[in-house]
Amino acid sequence: MRILCPNCGERDIREFYYRGSAQDLHRPNLEDSLSDWHEFLHLRDNTAGEIRDLWYHEKGCNSWLVVTRNTVTHEIIKTELVKNTGEVRA
Amino acid sequence: MRFSALRIFKEGLTGNMNWEPHWRNPSPKSKYDVIIVGGGGHGLSTAYYLAKNHGIRNVAVLEKGHLGSGNIGRNTTIVRSNYLLPGNSEFYSHSLKLWEGLEADLNYNVMMSQRGLIMLCHSDGQRDAFVRRANAMRSRGDDAQMLSVQDLRKLLPYLNYNSARFPIYGGLLQKRAGTARHDAVAWGYARAADQRGVDLIQNCEVTGFNINSGRITGVETTRGIIEANKVAIVVAGRSSQVAQLAGIRLPIESHILQAFVTEGLKPIINNVVSFGMGHFYISQSDKGGLVFGGDLDGYASYAQRGNLPLLEHVFEAGMALMPMIGKAKVLRSWGGIMDMSPDGSPIIDKTSVGGLFINCGWCYGGFKAVPASGYAYAHLIATDNHFHTAKNFRFERFQTGYHLMDEEGTGSQHNLH
Amino acid sequence: MRIASQGILNQDKEITFYFDSKPYKGFLGDTVASALLANDVYLVGRSFKYHRPRGILGIGSEEPNALISVHKGRRVEPNVRATVQEIYQGLIVTSQNSWPNLKFDALATNDIAARFLSAGFYYKTFMWPPRFWEALYEPIIRRAAGLGRLDSKTDDDNYDQNFLFCDLLIIGGGPSGLLSALLTARAGLDVILVDENAIFGGQLRFENTIIDGDHCKDWVDSCLVELKSLDNVRMISRATVFGVYDQGTFGVLERLSHHVQNSENDAVLDRYHRIVASSSILASGSIERHIAFGNNDRPGIMMASAVRGYLNHYGVSAGKSVSIFGNNDDAFNTAYDLNNAGVEIAAYIDSRSDAGIQGDFPIFRGAEVYDTGGRLALEHICIRDEKGERRIQTDCLGVAGGWNPSIHLSCHTNSKPEWNSEIAAFTSKENSVPGMKVVGSANGHFTTSACFKSVLEVVNELLNSKGIKIKSKSPPKASDADYNISPLWAVEGHKRAWLDFQNDVTTKDIKQSVAENFSSVEHMKRYTTQGMATDQGKGSNVISIALLADASGESIESTGTTTFRPPYTPISIGAIGSSGRDKGFAPERFTTTHSTSIALAAPMIEAGLWYRPSYYPKIGENDWLQSCNREVLSVRKNVGICDVSTLGKIELQGKDAGKFLDFVYTNSFSSLAVGRVRYGLMLREDGFVMDDGTSARLSENSYLMTTTTAAAGSVMRHLDFVHQAYRPDLDVRFVSVTEQWAQFAVSGPRSRDVISSILDEPLNKKDWSFMACGEVKVMGVKARLFRISFSGELGFELAIPSRYGASLFNVLKLEADQHGGGIYGMEAMNVMRLEKGFITHAEIDGRATAYDVGMQRMLSQKKDFIGNKMAQRPGLLDPNRERLVGLKMKGSTSSLKAGSQLFNIYDEPLADNNQGFISSAAFSPVENCYVGLAFFRRGPERWGERINAVNFMADTQLECEVCNPVFYDPDGNKMHA
Repeated sequence: MRILCPNCGERDIREFYYRGSAQDLHRPNLEDSLSDWHEFLHLRDNTAGEIRDLWYHEKGCNSWLVVTRNTVTHEIIKTELVKNTGEVRA
Repeated sequence: MRFSALRIFKEGLTGNMNWEPHWRNPSPKSKYDVIIVGGGGHGLSTAYYLAKNHGIRNVAVLEKGHLGSGNIGRNTTIVRSNYLLPGNSEFYSHSLKLWEGLEADLNYNVMMSQRGLIMLCHSDGQRDAFVRRANAMRSRGDDAQMLSVQDLRKLLPYLNYNSARFPIYGGLLQKRAGTARHDAVAWGYARAADQRGVDLIQNCEVTGFNINSGRITGVETTRGIIEANKVAIVVAGRSSQVAQLAGIRLPIESHILQAFVTEGLKPIINNVVSFGMGHFYISQSDKGGLVFGGDLDGYASYAQRGNLPLLEHVFEAGMALMPMIGKAKVLRSWGGIMDMSPDGSPIIDKTSVGGLFINCGWCYGGFKAVPASGYAYAHLIATDNHFHTAKNFRFERFQTGYHLMDEEGTGSQHNLH
Repeated sequence: MRIASQGILNQDKEITFYFDSKPYKGFLGDTVASALLANDVYLVGRSFKYHRPRGILGIGSEEPNALISVHKGRRVEPNVRATVQEIYQGLIVTSQNSWPNLKFDALATNDIAARFLSAGFYYKTFMWPPRFWEALYEPIIRRAAGLGRLDSKTDDDNYDQNFLFCDLLIIGGGPSGLLSALLTARAGLDVILVDENAIFGGQLRFENTIIDGDHCKDWVDSCLVELKSLDNVRMISRATVFGVYDQGTFGVLERLSHHVQNSENDAVLDRYHRIVASSSILASGSIERHIAFGNNDRPGIMMASAVRGYLNHYGVSAGKSVSIFGNNDDAFNTAYDLNNAGVEIAAYIDSRSDAGIQGDFPIFRGAEVYDTGGRLALEHICIRDEKGERRIQTDCLGVAGGWNPSIHLSCHTNSKPEWNSEIAAFTSKENSVPGMKVVGSANGHFTTSACFKSVLEVVNELLNSKGIKIKSKSPPKASDADYNISPLWAVEGHKRAWLDFQNDVTTKDIKQSVAENFSSVEHMKRYTTQGMATDQGKGSNVISIALLADASGESIESTGTTTFRPPYTPISIGAIGSSGRDKGFAPERFTTTHSTSIALAAPMIEAGLWYRPSYYPKIGENDWLQSCNREVLSVRKNVGICDVSTLGKIELQGKDAGKFLDFVYTNSFSSLAVGRVRYGLMLREDGFVMDDGTSARLSENSYLMTTTTAAAGSVMRHLDFVHQAYRPDLDVRFVSVTEQWAQFAVSGPRSRDVISSILDEPLNKKDWSFMACGEVKVMGVKARLFRISFSGELGFELAIPSRYGASLFNVLKLEADQHGGGIYGMEAMNVMRLEKGFITHAEIDGRATAYDVGMQRMLSQKKDFIGNKMAQRPGLLDPNRERLVGLKMKGSTSSLKAGSQLFNIYDEPLADNNQGFISSAAFSPVENCYVGLAFFRRGPERWGERINAVNFMADTQLECEVCNPVFYDPDGNKMHA
């Protein structure tokens, strides 16, 4: 598998660390209920098809990326830096 | 038809023309007492124990493809009960006992081979952790013993004892652990369930659940609507998709686990051996192939195939541990889809929909669980109560934090277990 | 037999090789198979189940029968295809799976009992009595099964590996692959051409086709000359693309020196290439399949194309009187070539009544072979046609059942192939693999002209897509005739007819499988083992699918195939994994004092990837415990030096560094004064303890965090995530400086004296209170001093740029020696931290909460931090949890062991009574007894209780007292001194 790192170009998957769903970006507030936190931390859409995942270019530029990828075909549709997703605070 | 040596002799004399089907090909009835969604190992064993233990025989097992086409058909066949944590240990202990009587119970040779499993340790810390585990096993009534390097040199003379990057400090042996012929487990349960009246319906995909006022009334399938007041999902590898049909979101992420088998070789590895430093475990099948595997590829996937970095790591770990396997040639690799849960342990529970049950989240420990999982799931379906060996396999543990069973100690990131 | 006028081998110089210890002659370029055939050796192996005598079936890597072992003893390589192994002077090969010898194999009795060993028989018996499976049945089965034998010593051959990148990977160097390479390379693409055989040419090696007026071998040569002249072409022969992976990644195994004498095994045996290609062309050719008829497995029965190939390439006739049985036009060429070479053709049998074969030899149209004879070699065949049955004497039968495109690689990414009834074979769907095009006979084009045409189309399209405009040239002209086939899968008859030769699957097994309701293709495969042999059913799967379809009343289309999975041909574990041998398995990390420790005879232990000294033995000490106790007491009494450089060190800078630490630690760091150090607890988001360590505020905007050795990498990853995903608003940057600093603990009542004596300016006690930090100078070198303690004594840690680490250690050692102390290792460090109740990863094992380790007060209520919310789950704060306590065991000589389970004194040691476990234990020289840290149900409420520590492994049950986990100096007076 090859991933296009926006900083470094296309690199082999062995340079990256995989974390899981990009839903991890949407961390609830401390005031939110345990049930909200449970949903955030544990429950997953786990789509058979296109998903957005968090990858870390650990043996590269140390950037966290959101990679849009098809879990059935392994096609990679898009990669973006976490900070450019518009889903994190500025 | 009862299987025995005599039966083989009789059928052989008449040219093997009169063997009967292992199971029927029934058409689905309009209504069943219980519908089991998924004809894999766990689904088939659930059907069998529903019929056997609870006398519930008006049961249909609905399978999208062919029986045993999921992970029961693609695993490394290891059976063991070397678990550390309460909640898991009593369950796998029960499972191993069921394995030990399975052939007589099913009248089917699943080739359960109690050849012993050795987990190797490579540091003082790891040895302490194994001693703890071994003590937990013994206090649970299972067998466990720690082996010294001297013991290991006799038992596994082919390991790299002298120049390894991570020297071998010892091992944890469970003698009663071993391997079984994975497909035969599915077929044995299928045949035995069929003989007790269960309808095994292949090529029948569930496309929806009919729910009325919060209770299940039946399922929609590619072969029409089938009614039932109790529906039990057990579809590892597709759990999230099937649960979603009932509007349920699961704590599951799907991952690939690759495994490998070599060409046939004369006997050389007589036990199951696992490496403590490199995610590598190996045994030799009765046909002679070395069956081995390692860790997950690590990224969510439904592709049933993996990539080279993991393959390389597994082969390197093999060469690190037992460099004599260098000239063995790998014949086939494959990938199974694992339901990875947030603590690495499974779920056998009711759902928010009345009469709808789910069994999922086996990570990559599902094969050895097949008997006890079916046993406990059948109990839950039949009685609405959790069977005592599986009482902690519930959704609520993630929200409450009680009875988490994180054997790896890696936390809630699904792929780390 | 060898025919001098035939083939391309140089027949001047003979080579001697050994098969089952007997010498045979061959020529350079021969395979073991061709050389054995040249020597009229037909019996080469035994089948897997029935131990039937078997010869050479084919001519390529798909060979199921002729498996041999190469070399003897330590370097033995089992299950090598005789059709692939090239011979060289002195090569030793042996047959497999027979005992006592190949000609007389005791287990051939299995064949006599075959009726009782039908498909799946083993699932129905061997169940009684239960223990007999492991004791009796299984050992017998295991010994009978298997093929070759591994040597049980190490594989110490050399292997190599690399990464290659290209615009276009062409898989297969036959007519289609060569033409593809020429056209794309001329257009300027960076091309890699890979072929699994020793020489390029593919099927053209075996043919007499005329291309553009020349013999095809000349055409191949001219292609190779041109390709070699182009510097944008890399050609790799003897290399198999074994798997297709994502985003244009291919696994390739090149056999570098299996074909040359290599007695010292210093040459590289195999090279593993990972090739990344923007596009690929699959030109893998096709494989001839056989036909199921009675006793179709005897030595001497071969593929018709193989018979032709042995003749045309190797100059070997596979028999003296050859017959051919086919259902398609391609088999004609075998007859024509044999006839032209002067080999006697006993019979040409074609199942088609209108077969267009012409020749001066006996031809039987509309005829079938239904049985054969000959025990260790073929002697005759029985044929039937409309005139009746007859027996024909013959010693070789070439069977031509039609061709199967080698589509395997195009199906490795889950694509299922399609049935093409015109050629009676499966072909792959368009775009099965992103970026891959299938050409030539791999795509069902079974004439050279059609192959060329398909290449031209694909190459033009490919070049267009890359924006390269080329003039569409017309393809080379090839002389070959059309390919017509009328499928014939199995011949009626009551004799056993083999499908999978190696696994001994016959047509009867398929029928029985269907009768027992194993009628899906996967069930049939698994129940009968069809296609599960070393050839993965390359020659037999399509026939078995056709027969399965027939028996179950389905079409071939709806029956479908089983899944194609890597590797295409088997790959050795050593070739891929050799770099994992010995120290190559993982990097080794050494501290700056490594060689000093080695010189002082310290046993080094692995700590993650690091090596650390266990203890420093002194003369007269007999075991580690003696040394360890001495080191502990020396620190407690005077002073000790320990290298702690392996701790992870992360430097954080920026005006928000403190705020950032507030968010990743449970406690506050923004409030820490400059020049001070604070212990920090880090949680995972799920509320369990992730790591701990101290962080020092070096200046207003600069902190230095330490992590445990084990967690350094994961903490860095975590910090990056938290910063980039949750707090990019914070102005902070951080970098790992673990390798940049060597750090030494100086511990003990006299540590201040030692530190003072080496600093350029003496320590001012007032400025260096407990948990102070700051910059100092050692002999003019800037260093960092921290007044922290992991031993419970007055202590410092001194950090210096790594290049000075070794010298500083020596200076410190000298000073410590002079102050009545010395250096100490991990064992002593562990004892002292245990005596002090400090936790390590033995305690924070990923399942412990802050509450469990008695640090719940460190969870700030005033702020959000990672793990805050989930740490509040009721299950994580339940008083019934197992929580940290100390254990003391007085009055016993047994040793208390970590991993022991805790039980109330009057309880049976059963799991349900479990009260906890010991996480760390050691002999405390200070307490003069064994002490332990334990996780104990409701622990902190139960100090003073007595409990049993049960260790089944040592068969001990030791009574201990539950106590404060801080055994040593609980008030901290020494640390604060």
